[in-house]
Amino acid sequence: MEPLKIYERLKERYPDAVLETSEKKPDPFAVIDPAALLEVCRHLHGDPELAMDCLSNETGVDFKDRIEVVYHLFSYRHRHGAVLKVRLPRDAPRVASVEGIWKSANWMEREIFDLLGVNFNGHSDLRRILMPEDWPGHPLRKDFVEPQEYHGIATVRESPIVRLDEHRKK
Amino acid sequence: MSDAVESIPRTDDSTLRTEEMTLNMGPQHPSTHGVLRFVIRADGEVMREAVPDVGYLHRSIEKIAEKVGYHGFMPYTDRVDYVCAMFTNQGWGMACEKLGNIEVPRRGEYCRVIAAEFNRIASHLLTVGLMGMDIGAMTPFLHALREREMINDLIEELCGARLTFNYMRIGGVAWDLPPGWREKALAYLDHLEPILEEYNALFSYNQICVQRLANVAPISAEEAINYNLVGPNLRASGVKWDVRKDMPYSAYRDFDFDVPVGRGQWGTVGDSMDRYMMRIYEMRESAKILRQALTNMPDGPVLAKVVRNFRPPAGECQVRVESARGDQGWYVVSDGTGYPWRVHVRTGSFAAMGMIQKLSRGLMIADLVVLIASLDVIAPEIDR
Repeated sequence: MEPLKIYERLKERYPDAVLETSEKKPDPFAVIDPAALLEVCRHLHGDPELAMDCLSNETGVDFKDRIEVVYHLFSYRHRHGAVLKVRLPRDAPRVASVEGIWKSANWMEREIFDLLGVNFNGHSDLRRILMPEDWPGHPLRKDFVEPQEYHGIATVRESPIVRLDEHRKK
Repeated sequence: MSDAVESIPRTDDSTLRTEEMTLNMGPQHPSTHGVLRFVIRADGEVMREAVPDVGYLHRSIEKIAEKVGYHGFMPYTDRVDYVCAMFTNQGWGMACEKLGNIEVPRRGEYCRVIAAEFNRIASHLLTVGLMGMDIGAMTPFLHALREREMINDLIEELCGARLTFNYMRIGGVAWDLPPGWREKALAYLDHLEPILEEYNALFSYNQICVQRLANVAPISAEEAINYNLVGPNLRASGVKWDVRKDMPYSAYRDFDFDVPVGRGQWGTVGDSMDRYMMRIYEMRESAKILRQALTNMPDGPVLAKVVRNFRPPAGECQVRVESARGDQGWYVVSDGTGYPWRVHVRTGSFAAMGMIQKLSRGLMIADLVVLIASLDVIAPEIDR
């Protein structure tokens, strides 16, 4: 089934939950109400005509005014896919975890939590995965500023060559 | 535990007690395929659970992409998975081409396929060799690396590098095949095919190898899909899915090749032996593709004209490439400027690593090493 047809079906069934479907450039996607995400996902997973048995990718994007969590679903049975998105407020992003439906979400949600600071309700093991446990902030946020040092180790070092260049300019 | 242990008579006033051990494996352990760490809770030799701790190789490549621009990011993609860097090159190139609506010349596509399939063989050779080394056999490793070095020589002639190739560009590849390269490549394939039989005789069908690998950590097809295993690991569980065949990209439509799946003739479907054998089968299929590609190469340019200041229109896309470690998904968001807004790589090793905690329950510690090697996890691909 084509992605746009899947979104149409979803819209028929959940007229309030599907906030927006996009035609666009080059991959189409559907924006889902975060409150209804779990229900929509369960339907996509359970409906035999859709049978999205695999969450092939889950990631987050910081758009400065909001954070989007993107779900790339795929069905090995019907060989079709769909892209769902939820839009979350940037100051306290929180959405339900889909780990109960697709186990692969466990690590991917940990990564989103680590790098973008999105909290997932009902996640079994939500802790940092790539960054150190005591790292301040979330690096993939657009306003993230790298700390100057970490446990006394400088993260930035002045280059002696650049300094020499400046000397030459004078 | 086994019956032998159960039958040892025990006295009531025994002062012996059993205790759960917590072991640390890695991050600098020779059998962890890069810098990985496991915290193992074990009862004797049997694991209760192995909890992977990743992130030691995190170089924030996705963040770097936001700073260096579209063309400038190509060399960084080599570092996402340095064992098969052609595929990360190709994934990034394809994502940009989809966003910018660029068509790659036919000969460019053929060059990509040839480079990528040689890289797949090189990567699988390493996996096969490392599997031997991880279960205690040094010879297969040396044999496999011998053949891999020859591919490295070929690729070095093609693009000047042996590991981090930076061969592909947005819109094609950087250089055409050098003169005389085609003949050398075909001669290598003539050499490789009988050698694979030799590997099988030396190692794969060796009784020790079969007994160490068969029935270890089998994964069912449903589990594999639910945990998002991809590539050879997924096919070993009996799921016939190959992006090259089922969602053909580049020039793969032109070639005739099979997609081998695990049948469990040594034990269970989806066990470590199936996953190991998948690599041997796939090398044969790659050789098949390479022969067809090398003999039917079209003429023409290898690189489309792409402006230096490449600014794809705002939008987003995901492309999927069948890398040596399986379906690699490149998700790129463009805001219309010269720098990507967001780049995300979904890699095969990341998903495979996320499954180890579950698979490790009840496994022997020595079998954990087999499991890691058979899933073919590569640390830089997990951490990026």
